[in-house]
Amino acid sequence: MEGFFETLRSLWVVWMMALFVGIVAWVYWPKRKREMEEHGRIPLRDDGEE
Amino acid sequence: MGSHLWGAAYMAVSETRGLGQGEVIYEESSVRLFTIATVFWGLVGFLVGVVIALQLAFPLLNLDLPWTTFGRLRPVHTSAVVFAFGGNALLGTSLYVVQRTCRARLFGGALAGGFLFWGYQLFIVLAASGYVLGVTQSREYAEPEWYVDIWLTLVWVLYLVVFVGTIIKRKEPHIYVANWFYLAFIVTVAMLHIVNNLAVPVSWTGAKSYSLFAGVQDAMTQWWYGHNAVGFFLTAGFLGIMYYFIPKQAERPVYSYRLSIIHFWSLTFLYIWAGPHHLHYTALPDWAQTLGMTFSLMLWMPSWGGMINGIMTLSGAWDKLRTDPILRFLVVAVAFYGMSTFEGPLMSIKTVNALSHYTDWTIGHVHSGALGWVAFVSFGAVYFLVPRLWGASRLYSEKLVNYHFWIATLGIVLYITSMWVSGIMQGVMWRTYDSLGFLQYSFVETVQEMHIYYVIRALGGVLFLAGALIMTYNLWRTARGEVAAEGPAAAAQPAE
Repeated sequence: MEGFFETLRSLWVVWMMALFVGIVAWVYWPKRKREMEEHGRIPLRDDGEE
Repeated sequence: MGSHLWGAAYMAVSETRGLGQGEVIYEESSVRLFTIATVFWGLVGFLVGVVIALQLAFPLLNLDLPWTTFGRLRPVHTSAVVFAFGGNALLGTSLYVVQRTCRARLFGGALAGGFLFWGYQLFIVLAASGYVLGVTQSREYAEPEWYVDIWLTLVWVLYLVVFVGTIIKRKEPHIYVANWFYLAFIVTVAMLHIVNNLAVPVSWTGAKSYSLFAGVQDAMTQWWYGHNAVGFFLTAGFLGIMYYFIPKQAERPVYSYRLSIIHFWSLTFLYIWAGPHHLHYTALPDWAQTLGMTFSLMLWMPSWGGMINGIMTLSGAWDKLRTDPILRFLVVAVAFYGMSTFEGPLMSIKTVNALSHYTDWTIGHVHSGALGWVAFVSFGAVYFLVPRLWGASRLYSEKLVNYHFWIATLGIVLYITSMWVSGIMQGVMWRTYDSLGFLQYSFVETVQEMHIYYVIRALGGVLFLAGALIMTYNLWRTARGEVAAEGPAAAAQPAE
């Protein structure tokens, strides 16, 4: 069992890559496009200057 | 317990101001102080830079006094520009940005902001006075001794509490991406600072301490710190500035918000591994050197993704580059960011590094990032902030911003081109053999050859300092609420 976890740990770069690919997929999922790009407007709505 | 105190102080302040429902009064007194300090320490740091550049060209200027030798003034310069000028810009803008994008008053209010400000200035003064007197850990960019390190840790943890506290009480559901960059900067710098400065003081009443690490582990810890100071202090933090101030000044959202999130995570995943490229061809194991080089090369992706995102924000509004000198500062800064982070991975390639390392090429590279990216994006943010913080209708003079921009740009060009030529020449001279296999040049011959480039570099520094003096004058008049009578250039720029 210990050897099993050792093997998993030694593959850290694979897990990090999988996590990163997951983030990219989540961010670029087409359904989220409108919501995501709307966040970009946050600074423009921030102090009633307009 | 401390946070309860600040919480109470915050309540007291908001009550006395009679805050209504849903109305937020932002804490700006500390942001004003940080802005003043940014300009002040900028002038000090650039001036010391000019002095030591002249010392390299004319060693007589060491004055034969221990306090004014290059070895002691050089950390005064680097700390003044990185931690004092850059640090105050980061602290000030982050407090401004986090409140506005969270629509929440600073956690801890004016009291916490004031303590942060004065605590950070005390750190700067303690560090710099130590350098001049010869107190140093001899760790590059981490020279302050243990007593200064402990003080900075306290200030920094308070900074984290104030920043995260403000995010927690936000009214805006989403945490805007600039805050992610600022938070990565705060958290990572805390980690780097604490680990790299683990040391045992010789006595509680003396300044001297010894590092907890030894040998190559010590070197690796130092450059894990050193490169991530570049990655998270000088890059992530200033990207926070970019992601707020460029959209604000251009009055349009960032080119791609989704790209900005990928920019953030790729930068965070990769930067932390790049440190070993500072230790090519040393006792560091070869695999670690190759690892550092590989991750450095991968950094091309976030750096160009980020540059495209910043510059393309102007897509469809390119004319603003011509009419708005503040925006020009911000956007040219991003161009320099792209340029210097293209050069960096290139120099981390082991065969390139064999030529470039220990030469002036490194100094030129650092300054294209520091002057072109860090200082320009800070100037842009300061020009943006001062009219708003001091309640002026607009800047005193756009024309002077224009002069500042071109004089400083010319200074940078002189600086980096002279250091490229000088550095590559130096590297080539060091490795030139004659027909019998002996080194062709002695060390002093390379120094002699570099003299003219050192003079050009110092001239570049003088121009950069002159630009900053123009900025200071302009901001001073702006804060007093004055507006210069100007021609059509002023009319083309709508008042805020």
